Order: sequence, then C-alpha cells, then structure tokens
Amino acid sequence: MDKETAKKYLFDMIKIRQFEEACGRMYMQGKIKGFLHLYIGEEAIAVGSISELSKDDYIITHYRDHGHALARGMDPNKAMAELYGKVDGTSRGKGGSMHLFDSDLNFMGGHAIVGGHLPIAVGIALGIKKQKRKGLVMCYFGDGAVNEGEFHESMNLAALWDLPIIFYLENNQYGMGTHVKRSSANPEMLYKFADLYGMPSTKIDGMDVITVRDSAREAIEKIRKGGGPLLIEAMTYRFRGHSMADPSEYRENEEVQQWQKEKDPIELFKDYCYTNNILTEQETNQINGEVKTLIKECLEFAENSPLPDMSVAEDKIYNTNN
Amino acid sequence: MAEMNLRQALSKGLREALDNNDNVFLMGEDIGLYGGPYAVTKDLYKDYGPEKIIDTPIAESGFVGAAIGSSMTGMKPIVEIMTINFSLLAIDQIVNHAAKMHYMSDGQLSVPMIIRTVTGAGGRLAATHSQSFEGWYASVPGLKVVAPSNPNDALGLLRSSLNDNNPIIFVEHSMLYGVTGEVPEPYYETPIGLPKVIQEGTDLTIIAWSGMIPVAQDVELKLKEENISCELIDIRTLNPIDFELIFESVKKTNKVVILDEYWETGSFGAYISSVIQENCFDYLDAPISVVNSMNIPMPYSAELEDQVVPNTKRVLEKIKNKIGL
Ligand SMILES: Cc1ncc(C[n+]2csc(CCOP(=O)(O)OP(=O)(O)O)c2C)c(N)n1
Ligand SMILES: [Mg+2]
Repeated sequence: MDKETAKKYLFDMIKIRQFEEACGRMYMQGKIKGFLHLYIGEEAIAVGSISELSKDDYIITHYRDHGHALARGMDPNKAMAELYGKVDGTSRGKGGSMHLFDSDLNFMGGHAIVGGHLPIAVGIALGIKKQKRKGLVMCYFGDGAVNEGEFHESMNLAALWDLPIIFYLENNQYGMGTHVKRSSANPEMLYKFADLYGMPSTKIDGMDVITVRDSAREAIEKIRKGGGPLLIEAMTYRFRGHSMADPSEYRENEEVQQWQKEKDPIELFKDYCYTNNILTEQETNQINGEVKTLIKECLEFAENSPLPDMSVAEDKIYNTNN
Repeated sequence: MAEMNLRQALSKGLREALDNNDNVFLMGEDIGLYGGPYAVTKDLYKDYGPEKIIDTPIAESGFVGAAIGSSMTGMKPIVEIMTINFSLLAIDQIVNHAAKMHYMSDGQLSVPMIIRTVTGAGGRLAATHSQSFEGWYASVPGLKVVAPSNPNDALGLLRSSLNDNNPIIFVEHSMLYGVTGEVPEPYYETPIGLPKVIQEGTDLTIIAWSGMIPVAQDVELKLKEENISCELIDIRTLNPIDFELIFESVKKTNKVVILDEYWETGSFGAYISSVIQENCFDYLDAPISVVNSMNIPMPYSAELEDQVVPNTKRVLEKIKNKIGL
C-alpha cells in the first residue's frame, strides 16, 4: 500500500471513530436524542469497502449508518447537525441518526426497520440494470437481518434477475443482545445462504481493512465485468452497546475487552503501516490531530445551526414538483 | 394496596401467568437474556428459563405465526413485538390469520394468544418508530385491543386477556412505563371493553386512552383553573367498547373532545366521534372535536415532535375555537 492511500484509510477510520465517540458524549449531554447506534469497532468495513466504489455506485444501509455515510464522504458538519436535530442537517433535522441521506453521493439512506432496505436495494439495482447505467449497489445489513423473510426474498430476486448488487453482511455477532448462536440455526454459515440462490459468497475478517478492501475489489470487478449479485460476510464486533440504551448484560466484559485489545481495526492497521514502513508514528499522530480539529468543528457547526421550525416539518410530505 | 409502576404491574401479571398456567410461554426479540427492550420482562429469563422465555430471531412474521399455530394446539403464548411499528412485518399473520381462524372454521379452531407491543411517539425516534397503530387493529373484527394507561388497569387487563380465548393486541405506550399507581393486593380483573371515568365533571367530556391520558389530565387541570369542570374517560379498550358509559357522560356534559395520538385521517377517535353523534345528537351543544397528531410523518427533532403530537396547548385551542369553552 502506498503512503497516500494508507493515510487516507487511517484518516477515514479515525474520523469515524472520533465522530462516534463525540456522538456518544453528546448523547450523554442530551444534545443527541432518540436511538443512537455507534459503529465503533467496525470502521474497517465501511472504509475498506466503500473506498473501492466509484461515483456511480449506490450505497444503502441500516440505522448503524454514520460509518458508511462518512466513508462515502458525507459532510461531517451536516451529519452532526442532523444528529442534533438542526436545520443544517442532511434532512433538516427530520431524519436523525438512523436516517442519514445524501442523494448527491448516491447514499440512499440509513433505514431503521431491520431488513426493510434489502428489497429496496434490489430495486435500485433493477433500476440500474433496466436503464443500462454504470454502477452497482452496495447494501449493508447486520447478522440480525438475515432472519427476516425480506433477506431471503431479496437474495432470490437479485439472483433471479441477475442484478448488480453486493449484499454486505456485517456480522458483529449480535442483534441487540442476542448472539448469532441464539438466533441463527447455522450461525457459522450465514454466507452460505447465498449458495441456495446460486450466488457466490465469501466470509472475511472484517477487522482487517486490507482484507476488506481486497474482497470488495474482487467482488466489484466481477460485477463490473457483467457478473451477478454477490454476498460478503465480514466478521466484526461492536465495541459499544447496541444503542445508548443497552444494559449490556448479555455479554462478558472480558469478551469486549479482548476484541478491543486484539482486533481494534485502527490499531491493527497502524501496526501494519509501522511494520511495513508505510507510516511513522509521527504521521499517524498528525492524522489524529487533524481529525480532532475536524470533529471539534463539526460539533461547533451543529451547535450553532438553528432549530427547524414547523414549516420544515410540514415540507416534503409529498413531492409537489409534478 | 401496593404502589408500583406500569412496568412492574405488567411484570407481576406475566409472572402470575407463568406460575398459574403451564401452557403459558413468552416469546419475542430480546425479552430474555437482554432483559427486554423496555425491561418489562427483566429477570424472567433467569427465573423461568429458556423454555418459557424464548428469545426469538428478528423474524416478526415467523414468530407471530408460530405463536398463532401453538395457540391452536392449546398453548397460551404471550408474544412481544418490540414496537407496534415492527408489527407491520407480522400484520398478515395477525389480520389474515389470527383474526380469521375462529370465524372461518366456524368455531372449530381458536387463537387464544396475547400480542404485547409498544405504541406511540415521544422518544425522538423519527418517522418509522413513532406510530400509533392500535386503531388499525381495533378496526379488525376478530381481534381485541386493549391499551391501559396505569398500573391498576395494566394488571387487570392482562389478567382478563389471559382468560380470554381470542387474539388480543395488548398495547403499551413507551412513555407510560414509569407511571405509578396503587394496585390492590387481592386478585381482581379489569373487564375488556369497559371504559372508566377517571375524573368526574360537568362541563366537558374528554375521551382518551394510553399515551393521551397524561395530556387529558393536564388539560383537565388547566381548565379547572378557569372553573371549567371536565369529565375524563379512559376507554382502556379499543375493541370492544361499551359505549353506554360514554353516552351517559355526554348526556350530562353536552360537549366532547377526543384525544387520539394517531393522524387525523382515518383516526379511531373520529370513529368514536361518529358513534357519539349518531346516538347523542340531541344532547350535543357543540361539535365533537378530535385532536390528533398532525398529518406529518414524525420528524426526529424534539422541538418538532412535541408540536406534531397532540399537546395541551393544541387541545386547549381546539376546545376554545371549536367547542367554544
Ligand atoms: C423489523 C424490526 N424489528 C426489530 C427492530 C428493533 N431492532 C433494531 S436493531 C435490532 C438488531 C439488529 O441487529 P443486526 O441486524 O445484527 O445489526 P447490528 O445492530 O448488530 O448492527 C433490532 C432487533 C427493528 N428496528 N425492526
Ligand atoms: Mg449484529
């Protein structure tokens, strides 16, 4: 990996990490409300896979969406303002943390009904195919979502219609407080669901950003060459609770600590960069500092943005541009 | 009498059910090891074990259907759907299957089960997580819908639901779990279908249920300061409803306002209003007013959410402008 790419990867992962840490703090201060699901621990997936996408590609994801949005290049100021419920947010304060959208980036949203966005992802791929456009759909979802009927309906439709879509399963091993072993009959084999629909699939280490990048690159190339849908299962772990309301009694502290100590994607990537003489500690420290400034700015931006008024609430219920 | 909150009253009722009937079991997402998304089932997993307290995968249609099937063999499932918003994934099982089984089989089959679920806004959870669909379910023949607003009714209605051989949608409002109240020690049941006058008055009848009760109580207090005496009715059950008690109140006060957290168009409150006007027309001194959420998908921003749902200010305005009090 060259220096510039390494810097970019590290910057993006640290940006997500610090953004999420700031969100957690601001939630405690009551600046952010509702349900807040942090992506801390899973940064390598968003950064490694989204960095391989082009402008024409679409992204759609679930409510744990900040990481994907920032990796795609969403303006952190606007994202934070949305979380604050302010008028300069991506949806002027109407969507909140679980529902970030940016159509300019083909970022088709965070969606908060588990499994609900999978058929929509299929539809976006159908739209691409029918209009003979370039591009594909990257659809992120969790291990909990594979148990909804919509997952299976979507997989079948995508395969049947041979659509340009990557089903990206972020297996952080828990759906809220329920471990995959307690929710899936064959928990080690989730990626094998693809077999039944005649779809290629792989299972990878989602904590290693380079592995994530390589598998995404391979999948994307296949689709660009005219291949059909694919599934990637990335093994990961969320370092924080499911949401800020999580009592955290369903897993051992030692389990969390062990993942943090041994598999932190940012630390792993830093080690890789040091070992291969790609970056120096001074350079990574500098990145840390740059991100810090950026996060400070986005908090200020959100704080200073005005609250929306009722005209905003009443606007855009219907498309009046008929 | 024991003082407890609504969450504790439900927990007490669930424990009783598990203790007294071997065929009772609970199932739902994260009700066990996690402790329940709203902590109603906290510690039940520890005390009753995984055979009785089943943590399900996220598969609403699947586990609701499975509950229906098991109830047809004599089990008594109490299912929790995390919120009423997610019940839409199971609505086919509820409306096309649970509600129809007894009728289509002409009584050969029954579906004696309870679906507990959480309704309402207030959590800053935005458009897909803040809806109040209890009125939808109440419109379906074959389903019963209860929606308690206090611990006493919650326990009493849960007991009645357990003794009922029909599919019951048991609706809990997320903002009411902490509401405290007195719960009698001796066993009692609260009949399904019977509204309750929770405050007597002479000038205006306020009808509400579930999350709208605190707003109704606030309105009652504000109007009292202006020497307007309100009669407050908690309907407690949306289907069936014994309307007689409501008619009696209307005949006394001659004025009615109904609070319904659902949107204006097609609201259950509007249905209540139509039944009243058809039966009490000659007694009415003013139009019946229904105060609903504005016809807007719920915005996330707290400042907006508070204006979209029926609030004291909006109810008082409507009482002044439409009813003329
Ligand atoms: C249809 C539906 N059912 C339940 C929920 C409540 N809920 C929100 S997130 C979640 C867990 C999802 O877990 P997973 O898919 O593994 O994603 P993760 O949160 O681990 O990233 C649940 C049960 C929901 N939002 N939608
Ligand atoms: Mg998960």
